Amino acid sequence: MTKEELVATRSDIEAKLYRTRFRADNDSHLIIKDQEVCRSCEEKPCMVFCPAAVYDWDDERKMTLVAFEGCLECGACRIGCPSRNIEWLYPRGGFGVQFRMG
Amino acid sequence: MAIRFDAVIVGGGPAGLSAALVLAQAGVKVAVIERGDYAGAKNMFGGVIYHEPTDWVVPGFASEAPLERRIGHHEYWFLDERSALKIAYEDAAWREKPNAWSVMRAKFDAWFAGKVEKAGAQVITQTTVVDLLRDGRTIRGVVTSRPEGEVEAPLVLIAQGVNALLVEKAGLGRDWRADEVVLGVKEVIQLPKGAIEERFGLTEGEGTAVEMLGGEATAGLMGSAFLYTNSDTVSIGTAVLLSHLREQGENPNRLLERIKAHPSVAPLLKGGEMREYSAHLIPEGGYRAMPRLYGNGVLVAGDSAAMVNAVTMEGTDLAMVSGKLAGETMLEALEKGDFTERTLSRYRDRLEDSFVFRDLKQFSRVGTFFADNRQYFDFYPRLANGVARQLFTVDLRPKAEHVRGLLDQIRGRRSLWRIGMDLVRGWRALA
Repeated sequence: MTKEELVATRSDIEAKLYRTRFRADNDSHLIIKDQEVCRSCEEKPCMVFCPAAVYDWDDERKMTLVAFEGCLECGACRIGCPSRNIEWLYPRGGFGVQFRMG
Repeated sequence: MAIRFDAVIVGGGPAGLSAALVLAQAGVKVAVIERGDYAGAKNMFGGVIYHEPTDWVVPGFASEAPLERRIGHHEYWFLDERSALKIAYEDAAWREKPNAWSVMRAKFDAWFAGKVEKAGAQVITQTTVVDLLRDGRTIRGVVTSRPEGEVEAPLVLIAQGVNALLVEKAGLGRDWRADEVVLGVKEVIQLPKGAIEERFGLTEGEGTAVEMLGGEATAGLMGSAFLYTNSDTVSIGTAVLLSHLREQGENPNRLLERIKAHPSVAPLLKGGEMREYSAHLIPEGGYRAMPRLYGNGVLVAGDSAAMVNAVTMEGTDLAMVSGKLAGETMLEALEKGDFTERTLSRYRDRLEDSFVFRDLKQFSRVGTFFADNRQYFDFYPRLANGVARQLFTVDLRPKAEHVRGLLDQIRGRRSLWRIGMDLVRGWRALA
């Protein structure tokens, strides 16, 4: 996937997420364990494969941003992070995505 | 003071609710703890359940459950860039004796939870289980996200789905690897009234289930795309091995968009309105990825135990059957008053006797074999299209040139010797 394709995919995902129901908690259920690990991660695959485009790289602050509010709770980042650098918790009861169809 | 139950079930999905039904019907004080607003709120799947295993767990379900369509057609499609080779099977006998149904997880599971509640179980929603209560090596309850949220029970069933955080906490197994999980994304698309019957050639209430294997459907990665008809919507999605997505630098939504734009798919979706976008992991590691299925005071069922048949694309029925067998074992333990792993090992025996273990053992080598041999998902689906293209195309060239064109497509990509070997090895992995 080219950089342009990734940008297009991410904005397509963001538009789609409006169709899915969420109740966002105040605190993130996804926690980057160590931003230093992200800094030295070359591929940053979480930013590519996440189906909800939760992860983004802040090039100014050199850190991974986590848009947990739109997380579909699939768990791919938990398993797919090559350094297992994401602490993945279930949102508190009643929070997070609520599928009406599934 | 902690709340006390005879049994606590973590997760109101097909596995947990099947166990709860067995226990509640026997009068056991059982709680199902569900983190969503309602059972099914966190669940997603492609969309097809099979009649007979479901009926074995919930007799007579078909007359009460919210079902979308009775699946009368099953299709396999192999897609190339602009073409499709399709294999379809339809069976009029299924009109009298249904084989499969399309359902919506969020509706079906909510209905199932209601049924379990009526049988006497307590379904506690909006509550996340965060840990287990332990006494040495014995599990004796769960800790929930609620204040003072401890729930004690001599029996805990972990049925929390693919993200089985409690399995590790119980010391029963390791987490999945990226080559053991498939990432599925799905859109539910509403179509104008009558469009489903017209476009798919269906009668009212009858549905089709299309699996698109490899090729253009997954950009050559291990996995498939699917298209299922519901009452007035269709479910379309892709399911691709996470490690392949990662290695390829691919996003599942991009694959989904490509499929939706394919000339064989786009006309079916025309004028549709997207209603929901969702994603979910499927544990496809199979028998070899399975955790220990029981310990003192604890059992594991459904996706949490990798009970998915990746070859036949079954998961819900394995979850429900394993849940029921776990429930029967828990009932036995309660009658004996013995919650040790020795008694609970009967769960494994029951699974061994069922189709669940027979199938998972049969296909135990399939996942890793195909993950390491991408040609089955790239070269062959496209080659199959090439064969059909040469077969059906009539032009001014002699047919011998068509055959030569086909050989040219193979040449330089895969030797005839390797193709022969692929056939033998592919067959061995499955048989």
